[in-house]
Amino acid sequence: MSGSLGRAAAALLRWGHVAGSGVLRGPGVRAAGSGAGGRSAEQLDALVKKDKVVVFIKGTPEKPQCGFSNAVVQILRLHGVRDYAAYNVLDDPELRQGIKDYSNWPTIPQVYLNGEFVGGCDILLQMHHNGDLVEELKKLGIRSELLDAQQDQDSK
Amino acid sequence: MLRGRLLGRLVSMAGCVCLSRSSTGSGSVGPVEAAIRAKLEQALSPEVLELRNESGGHAVPPGSETHFRVAVVSSRFEGLSPLQRHRLVHEALSEELAGQVHALAIQARTPAQWRDNPELDKSPPCLGGSKKTRGTP
Repeated sequence: MSGSLGRAAAALLRWGHVAGSGVLRGPGVRAAGSGAGGRSAEQLDALVKKDKVVVFIKGTPEKPQCGFSNAVVQILRLHGVRDYAAYNVLDDPELRQGIKDYSNWPTIPQVYLNGEFVGGCDILLQMHHNGDLVEELKKLGIRSELLDAQQDQDSK
Repeated sequence: MLRGRLLGRLVSMAGCVCLSRSSTGSGSVGPVEAAIRAKLEQALSPEVLELRNESGGHAVPPGSETHFRVAVVSSRFEGLSPLQRHRLVHEALSEELAGQVHALAIQARTPAQWRDNPELDKSPPCLGGSKKTRGTP
């Protein structure tokens, strides 16, 4: 696993250095619905459950505006998770505060898997290191590309 | 095995980010930093508490106390998930987090985990936040 993670890490570093370039298809950057009348707990609950993987970040996956938000984007990219909802809290101050109240978590980025709050950048990174993220993605029916990288390594 | 070096390399590749160890860079500790330290010591009786004011690496005025990184080593974390551990830290610092601290990177480890990896991770470089360019007031 460490060999494939080493190569994957190298790829991650390239992506991190030139974030967003060369991506043919990417995550769906959603607008949380400006003018939708506030960010009630019910509305946010619906939002985080609408997609299997939902992140609230500063900026967009193509152009993150925060190093921690970028780390979340890069980790998801590393695992080959392309189909996820990304909400830019910099565009929407009500959302920015609302999601913090909803999750009772004071910072951005925030990561939701299967409608459940998982944590911020530190926790996602930890899950990435210890294999938990691969497992959680598997439960969602998403196969991490790191497993494919590992298979390539094993077959050599 | 990937550890904080992953993000550490992002930092060095993107260009060095100055991560000052004190709020003013002069060695003195600001009031927010002092409060964070005191509250975490009170709440978690940590064996190790490493606190770094990282505001200097972000698009905020000099002397700010807005971005911090903390490593807390406490037996109180035994049996708790990462999420539960982070929430304990947040609870202790609820006033600061409701105030001017808007980024808090947390490493919450048990004593055994810290012995395996006794290092404060590095934060990724700032990408400007809500400012168009870094340093814009």
